[in-house]
Amino acid sequence: MEAFLAALVSVAFHGAAYGMILYVISVGLSVTMGLMGFVNLAHGVFAMAGGYVLTTGMNRYGVPYPLALAAAFALVAAGSVVLERLLYSRLYAAGELSQVLFTIGLMFIAVAIARLLFGTVQQPVFLPEYLKGQFGLAGRDFPVFRVFLIVFSALMVATLWFGVERTRWGAMVRAAVDNGPMAQAIGIDTRRLFTFTFALGSGLAGLGGALGAEILTVQPTYPFEHLVYFLIVVSVGGLGSLRGPFFAALLIGVTDTACKYWVPQFGAFFIYVATVVVLLWRPAGLFGLKR
Amino acid sequence: MIRQASYGAAARIGWLEWLPWVVALGAFFLLPEYLPFGARILVYILFALSLDLILGYAGIVTLGHTAFFGLGAYVAGILAAKVGVTDPLVQMVAAAAAAAVLGVVTGAVILRTKGLTLLMLTLAITSILLEVANKATSLTGGFDGLAGVTVAPILGHFRFDLFGKTAYLYCLVALFAGWWIVRRIIYSPFGASLVGIRENVVRMHAIGSPAYRRMVAAYAISATIAGCAGALLTQISQFVGINVFSFESAGELLVMLVLGGVGRIYGAFVGPLVYMIAQDQLAKQFPEYWYFGIGLLLVLVVMFARGGLLGLVDRLVAWVKGPHR
Repeated sequence: MEAFLAALVSVAFHGAAYGMILYVISVGLSVTMGLMGFVNLAHGVFAMAGGYVLTTGMNRYGVPYPLALAAAFALVAAGSVVLERLLYSRLYAAGELSQVLFTIGLMFIAVAIARLLFGTVQQPVFLPEYLKGQFGLAGRDFPVFRVFLIVFSALMVATLWFGVERTRWGAMVRAAVDNGPMAQAIGIDTRRLFTFTFALGSGLAGLGGALGAEILTVQPTYPFEHLVYFLIVVSVGGLGSLRGPFFAALLIGVTDTACKYWVPQFGAFFIYVATVVVLLWRPAGLFGLKR
Repeated sequence: MIRQASYGAAARIGWLEWLPWVVALGAFFLLPEYLPFGARILVYILFALSLDLILGYAGIVTLGHTAFFGLGAYVAGILAAKVGVTDPLVQMVAAAAAAAVLGVVTGAVILRTKGLTLLMLTLAITSILLEVANKATSLTGGFDGLAGVTVAPILGHFRFDLFGKTAYLYCLVALFAGWWIVRRIIYSPFGASLVGIRENVVRMHAIGSPAYRRMVAAYAISATIAGCAGALLTQISQFVGINVFSFESAGELLVMLVLGGVGRIYGAFVGPLVYMIAQDQLAKQFPEYWYFGIGLLLVLVVMFARGGLLGLVDRLVAWVKGPHR
């Protein structure tokens, strides 16, 4: 019984850390898809880029960990603005097929570039001393790094939610998600809003990729491997919603960890089945806007 | 001008439409050393053709068409390697039936949704099959793939020879049959209603067309053809790799079709041909640049050449002919 309880706590804890990472990466996808109706399959590219910024900065240039995290956010956000202005913005009005093809093309390009620059090996993450070791709580030990992941992500999520619910920018974003043309008609510069929100979402993905570089290993096939999970988080949670993907991400993080712990012979089978069931039950996701 | 196949256009087979078959037969006699490779190209043409039916005509954007291809490949492979059914036509029929059932069942369920949800469902179903293929190692060989596929002579007479002659002609016959069926569908009222659904599903409802049932029917037919293509691939390569279910294969299939041109039958012929020859020439020498190249190609096609290669040919012909056509 004690062993089972220990396993339960451990699974819940690691699952929560994993779910937090998934959420930080995917929340930008939810907003960009909900806001612009753009099917961006290349979102994983930004997360991968964040991971590479972190590992390269730390391993090659000796940048301290916090600074490397900040750099992952800033560089990825900046890069995404260039992409959005040059390429994405041309396809907002195009059909779904064009957007799917275009973003798959971006994924192929990103995978090739990553392989050229970094080779096919996984990038190791060397954590600073203060994030190693164990953290004792209620007679149990938790890895400090996972605790840091959960707390840090939770703080960021809180900031983000506050920003969207309580600030002027957040109100404009919510208005544009609900009714784009009407938001434009009352004088909101949706174009600039798009660019800014896209950059923020991509930057968060980069940050998530950097934070989770240990959980989701950084290697060139990253965008392909994890794409399904990011998409599941967004579609199960509901497009354009902030809350939905959060619960979806936690649910998936914990379920996935539990499945890998207790029934590894089934792999991710249950996750996919659950996704199909949820989407058939509620096609717009658990918290999606009904349109 | 290359005719874009659609209902209302003359349904007789034009002289230009015989060209692919002349080329294919010519290749059989003139390029004997490339026949195994040619057979693979024919398989992918059939696969792309099946995708064109639902993507190009019915407008169903799917990332999960590899599910049917892979299922067909595995059904044929498991029958041959584990059950001992070596007759290629029996394998083909079984693969087609399995893919058809999966097509009807999943199509009936997922085609009620649209947009991202539909995309996600097709992806999730393929992922489920990938997990099954990966974990059910005793049946599928797991990650290493399924080896030991034996195929008896076709109809008891035509043995699969070392030079791939039988395999090539076998695939050519299968492709011809698939092409004929797809062409018949597209020039039929049923095909016209598919285009109508793609263009404006609300109006199709308004004129009383059972859009949902039509889409499920098209989806199932397309799945069946894709399953046959998968069985063909197993039979000619005598191996099933787990990557038939991977997202990359779905991406590559899309690239092939889009490169040729979506929604015009012959795009599915030109695309895989050009893509696979380019891959054969370039991919081994420059694997990194190859992926970069197809990614760039996709972006360029989306940005500048929506009609693919055949679309470019159309424009060129129109330009040569001048304003009075």
